[in-house]
Amino acid sequence: MIAGISIYEILTVTSILFFIGVYGFITRKNLISILMSVELILNASVINFVIINKYLYPDVLQGVFFSIFIIAVAAAETALAIAIIINLYRQISSVEVKDTEIMKY
Amino acid sequence: MNISYTILIPLIPLAVFLLLGIFNKSIKPAVSGYIGVAGLSTSAILSFYTAYQYFFVHGKVDGAYQAIVQKVTWMNFTDTLHIDMGVLIDPISVMMLIVVSMVSLMVHIYSRGYMKGDDGYTRFFAYLSLFSFSMFGLVLATNLFQIYIFWELVGVSSFLLIGYYYTKPSAVSAAKKAFIVTRFADLGFLIGILIIGYYTGTYDFETLNNPEGNAILSWASTSFMGLSVITWALLLIFIGGAGKSAMFPLHIWLPDAMEGPTPVSALIHAATMVVAGVYLVARLFPMFYFVENGFALNVVAYVGAFSSLIAAVIAITQTDIKRVLAFSTMSQIGYMMLALGVSKYEGHDGLGYMASMFHLFTHAMFKALLFLGAGSVIHAVHSNYLKDMGGLRKYMPITNITFLIAALAIAGFPLTSGFFSKDEILVAAFEHNKLIYFSGVLVAGLTAFYMFRLYFGIFWGKDTKYEHAPHESPISMTFPLMLLALISLFGGFIPFSKYVSADRLGFEAHLNYPLAAIAVTVGLIGIALAWVFYKKENNLASKFATSFGAFYKWTYHKFYIDEVYLFVTKKIIFNLIAAPIAWFDKKYIDGTMEGIGNKTVVISKKIKGIQSGKVQDYAFSFIAGIIILAMVFIYLWTN
Repeated sequence: MIAGISIYEILTVTSILFFIGVYGFITRKNLISILMSVELILNASVINFVIINKYLYPDVLQGVFFSIFIIAVAAAETALAIAIIINLYRQISSVEVKDTEIMKY
Repeated sequence: MNISYTILIPLIPLAVFLLLGIFNKSIKPAVSGYIGVAGLSTSAILSFYTAYQYFFVHGKVDGAYQAIVQKVTWMNFTDTLHIDMGVLIDPISVMMLIVVSMVSLMVHIYSRGYMKGDDGYTRFFAYLSLFSFSMFGLVLATNLFQIYIFWELVGVSSFLLIGYYYTKPSAVSAAKKAFIVTRFADLGFLIGILIIGYYTGTYDFETLNNPEGNAILSWASTSFMGLSVITWALLLIFIGGAGKSAMFPLHIWLPDAMEGPTPVSALIHAATMVVAGVYLVARLFPMFYFVENGFALNVVAYVGAFSSLIAAVIAITQTDIKRVLAFSTMSQIGYMMLALGVSKYEGHDGLGYMASMFHLFTHAMFKALLFLGAGSVIHAVHSNYLKDMGGLRKYMPITNITFLIAALAIAGFPLTSGFFSKDEILVAAFEHNKLIYFSGVLVAGLTAFYMFRLYFGIFWGKDTKYEHAPHESPISMTFPLMLLALISLFGGFIPFSKYVSADRLGFEAHLNYPLAAIAVTVGLIGIALAWVFYKKENNLASKFATSFGAFYKWTYHKFYIDEVYLFVTKKIIFNLIAAPIAWFDKKYIDGTMEGIGNKTVVISKKIKGIQSGKVQDYAFSFIAGIIILAMVFIYLWTN
């Protein structure tokens, strides 16, 4: 374990991080901010992967590899999301989430 | 004897029907007439060839005319119960082949003249061919189900032909009436067939009719309401037969069916389709006779006798010549039914059966002749009513003579064909049931009277002044008249009893002189009365009618049976049963279904706001749901 820091403290931090992300996702009006909140949620889970791997199976590295994997996927996702947002902006000149409800049709 | 070619007898008219029906517009009327006549001629030639082969070349085997069956299995239910399609050749089916093909051919030839210039000429011949196909199929059927299929087909053809002038509302309603009444009767037929199938396990005529067979011997095994179920089935089948054969009280469609073209009346409603009921009873005769000691057969006899009497009475008062003939047909079919009803099975006791078939044959000829003659008259004076006719003998000599021959035949004048068949019916009735015999003699007198009332009314009587002088019909119409007149005159000399009998053995029938004398006397009295009343124009008849007063009015209105039906259907069934059920259906059945639909719409209107299109709302409900689920699971695990 990392010296001086117990798993509970780290899990507390990631939980806070996760719920900040959820809160931001629900409350932000701007699509870019929502995207950033999603990144926070992903980061929280990535930290969890690493720390639980270290805690349960200190001599293997699957959790770490998996977190790298998630980071790569998240980067791709973000690229995609930003592309959508840019296109949306070209259409309606806005990145406000309230203006996008027309997309339900 | 190889009988595979007999399948062509029904199939050729079917092919003609398809040809004329599909290329209705592109065939010239003259050509379609020739095609129809050619097709029917082929069938007729094959029918006569079959009869010759069957009776004279093949002849008797083991002392009897055996039935020859050729069939394929069509539908298999169990090992014994299956529906076959095939042809059955035995004395009565061969006889019917002759009758149907003969009359149908005559009517085809006649129609070429009668329907000339009509818009639906080709359609008419197509329908006639369809009818001929169905009737041949009915006659040749090997089992109950096959006969039922063709039974419905002749019903359809009859419907189409009655409603041939479909722009006339009366023709349309007559067609509907005929179809509905016979369909209603056929419901009984179908139930009877199903009962037979369930309790005897076979539909095959040869198996059912075997006097030593299981179906007949085990009739007593199951009973229902005091009668054997087989008797019930036979009674139900007879209801179907009574509907087609216009027996009381299912006869109401027949007079109205006269709305169709006259050749159709001659073919369908006089000679062939209406005797299908008689044929059906004759076909199942051993069953009718042996099951429950002939209970069902007695019913047949009384229904036949009553129908013949009531129809003969009504016929006296009718003024539409085709309706007189329609009631006369009903009366004569009643005769055939009563003859079947009083018949026994073996040898000379089976006289009634043979007489019935004989009368079917002779009646088909002279009644077709009467109808065709009436058609010729209608063709000339353009009216159906007696009041527009009179003195026509000067204008239409051939029609006059042939009509007279037919009238003499139906009145039972000595040595005409009707004389022999009627005499044998009366002998059979006399030997087995006196009550029916007296009713039969009375009907014979009435028949002679109304027939000659008609004859004198058309060809003698008052000298009507015609706007256009009527003229004799063309050769295509008079030729069938003359040919049928020949058969009506000499058809009685065919030794029918040698060929057609209930047990298929054949026997020698002799004239019973005393009974024949009585029948002839009664017939002559009828003719004489008609002579007095209608030969010269006088007011005797109308005086007589007024002296009968209410009774005359009753019979003129056909005993108000139509009105009774209308009352029962419209007032009672429609108002008391159908209307409440319709109300219940609309209110509750439809209401429930519509309610479900409406509620769904209302609810969806209310909840569709949830789908806001805002991603954050969805995310919120998603996360809220997860949190609630998580709390529930945590609560469950920790306890």
